Amino acid sequence: MTVFVIRRLLQAMLVVFLMSVIVFFGVNIVGDPVYMLVSPDADQADIEAAIRRLGLDRPIWEQYWLFLKGAAQGDLGDSFVFGEPALKLILHHMPATMELAFSALFLAIVIGIPLGLYAGLYPDSPLSKGVMAGSILGFSLPTFWVGLMLIMLFAVELRWVPATGRGDIGSFLGIHSSLFTLDGLSHIFLPALNLALLKISLAIRLTRAGVREAMGQDYVKYARAKGLSTRRIILVHVMKNIMIPVVTVMGLEFGSLIGFSVVTESIFAWPGMGKLLIDAILQLDRPVVVAYLMIIVLFFVLINLIVDILYSILDPRVRLQDQGA
Amino acid sequence: MRKLTSATAVAVSILAFGASAVSAEKLTIGLASEPTSLDPHFHNLGPNNAMSVHIFDRLIAQDEKQRLSPGLAVSWEPIDELTWEFKLREGVKFHDGSDFTADDVVCTMARAPDVPNSPSGYGTYLKGKEVVKIDDYTVHFKTAAPYPLMGNDISTIPVISEVGCEATTEDFNAGTATIGTGPFKFQSYTPGESIVLVRNDDYWGDAPIWSEVEFRPITSGPSRVASLLAGDVDMISGVPTTDITTLQGNDGIQLSQGVSNRVIYLHMDQFREDSPFVKANGGGDIKNPLMDVRVRKAISMAINRDAIVERVMEGVALPAGQLLPEGFFGVSDNLDVVAYDPDGAKALLAEAGYPDGFEMTIHGPNDRYINDAKIAEAIAQMLTRVGIKTAVETMPRSVYFGRASKGSPEGLPEFSFILVGWGAGSGEASSPLKSLIHTHDKDAGFGSSNRGRHSDAETDALIEEALRTVDDAKRQELLAAATERAIENVAIIPTHFQVNTWAAKKGLSYIPRTDEYTLATGVVKE
Repeated sequence: MTVFVIRRLLQAMLVVFLMSVIVFFGVNIVGDPVYMLVSPDADQADIEAAIRRLGLDRPIWEQYWLFLKGAAQGDLGDSFVFGEPALKLILHHMPATMELAFSALFLAIVIGIPLGLYAGLYPDSPLSKGVMAGSILGFSLPTFWVGLMLIMLFAVELRWVPATGRGDIGSFLGIHSSLFTLDGLSHIFLPALNLALLKISLAIRLTRAGVREAMGQDYVKYARAKGLSTRRIILVHVMKNIMIPVVTVMGLEFGSLIGFSVVTESIFAWPGMGKLLIDAILQLDRPVVVAYLMIIVLFFVLINLIVDILYSILDPRVRLQDQGA
Repeated sequence: MRKLTSATAVAVSILAFGASAVSAEKLTIGLASEPTSLDPHFHNLGPNNAMSVHIFDRLIAQDEKQRLSPGLAVSWEPIDELTWEFKLREGVKFHDGSDFTADDVVCTMARAPDVPNSPSGYGTYLKGKEVVKIDDYTVHFKTAAPYPLMGNDISTIPVISEVGCEATTEDFNAGTATIGTGPFKFQSYTPGESIVLVRNDDYWGDAPIWSEVEFRPITSGPSRVASLLAGDVDMISGVPTTDITTLQGNDGIQLSQGVSNRVIYLHMDQFREDSPFVKANGGGDIKNPLMDVRVRKAISMAINRDAIVERVMEGVALPAGQLLPEGFFGVSDNLDVVAYDPDGAKALLAEAGYPDGFEMTIHGPNDRYINDAKIAEAIAQMLTRVGIKTAVETMPRSVYFGRASKGSPEGLPEFSFILVGWGAGSGEASSPLKSLIHTHDKDAGFGSSNRGRHSDAETDALIEEALRTVDDAKRQELLAAATERAIENVAIIPTHFQVNTWAAKKGLSYIPRTDEYTLATGVVKE
């Protein structure tokens, strides 16, 4: 187990290094941030001073070397726009994104798995057919459109919840989050639902497929013959078996919830990392874009590792040592 | 208890009627673009300047039409060729209770151009100016040459207290140094989420009617409109043109519109014999026709400005015949919008030796100005109609401005024919003349955004003389003359002035500003 984790961590470092090359050069050959930053009133001398101050007069490999040197000490550079360390900016915006992603994952699990279970157990009931048809919509409708429709329906027409923004922050066990206040929950409901829609559909389909397959297996028949209650068969034996693909996919999807909440955050003016990223891209705030992508790479690597470990707990046949190579 | 409360409420409302300014009312504004900092000297950028106006007064204020009016200075006038004397307002207190004096002005002017890590500072406005304290309420600004725009330049600098002069940008963002003399005081700042200000009850000017103002950045246009409709916010800035008709039909919404200081115009390559994006019919090389004033005039005549305003801008713009809309200092009374005349344009092209036209490409941004890409497409169609077969290429502003300024292999402007906009921050005509029309001159700082490299010695002389002339009437004439000559030579082709739209819930309206700022003090009850 330990060997496996260490080996995976080494691989992760290599991936992160390669990504830094791709990301840094990719971001730095596009556009010219100076004209995004200087006031139009600035004259030629002001513009040149800005170029020097941002270090953009140096050759690109020198800029990359400076970036690497800083990164090794935990400094991913200063934001061009805010003048603050990019890492600090991202960490500052991270809690908002995390609570959004967790809420979305929570919704995906508590809505998706029961519905999928039902659809798998009673595939011919009209409700199951309705659920399956609905999940197709969840897959195929574009997020930004659904987001705007949710706002129009729940915020503008019904006025149940606010349209945009993040609510009051509460604190519980030393954690500060808008999930701990009523105002915060009313603000997070729409963006979380918007972000979760695709994942709910995914959870429904995965669970349904798993249940339908498992119900015909010998171990279920055996359990029935043994006289176990249907309830116990489904909740203990079937669930445990179908959870493996569900956990894998949901784990990986959690990364994408964090990494690609950009659209949802923009529509709902949610002050998270995704919104920070999209603003940084529009303004060519290169250090923030690079730092963000590096952090997302780290996330994916870590999540993959955690999923592998969870596997071994759920399925004793998987031996971590055997996988490393 | 209940009786007592209602009695108090009655008493309060009577008081409120007596002095309508003293009421506890909260205003929430959805902003299209967010300030990058609360440090007023950190980033010379529209949203930052608009926000800092609430907290920090300037020595000279700019009203909604950018006319200068007394702020923390009660008067400012040249006492000799090289010295401007500013008399400061007495009895003004900062939010922390300390007195405003000349020392604060001196340290403000020292800090403003020199903030660490500032992406774009205020040095542009303070270059070549030395500030000297004469007594507690008098300061002198000295220059090496006569300088008429002192008032305009100084009106851009937010005045901070001596406490702030020692502070870092982080202290300003945290609120510890955010101490000004303005109508509102700092309450809280959460980047990306909200900025909350409360009324300064000791304000020296008219006290604002709002006791508390919350600004919320909502950058997505449709979401901003939805937030207003849902009642999350009381007012929004930057209403998308596509939503204006719908909102006009909504009884619960009040729109406020006003022309801005921003002109949308076309720059034409006037410095390369062989311009990269101009070709003969069929794609062969051709001597750059844009060097010929008749061709430039023909292009201007071929553009149907009314159609751009009506169809592309949905009526929310004004056709432009010069660099600033009427009413601004230095505009010419003799210039009309160039009339749409496709036949005249064809005749002029034939006269210039291009009876069958030529081919070129118009380049423009697609995320900078209102409907920018659509305008470029409309112009290309209009030019194609008179024989200049025009292709369109638009790109994000982050790519566009760098290439348009110095994208060619020699570090020169890359494109031949471009769509750009210019907002006159100083609120008078020398700003566009100096930056867009004057010959590109790096050492003197002229023509910094002259991406067509138009160059005319006589226009330059007029502009330079205007910038030396302290007498307002004479300078006004010189600026108008320079504008007339530039338009006569078709140095650039102005197409329209942007009109900005704010939307508020019923009962509120906004006094539109030419500088596009969204100020809580401009939100009035009807």
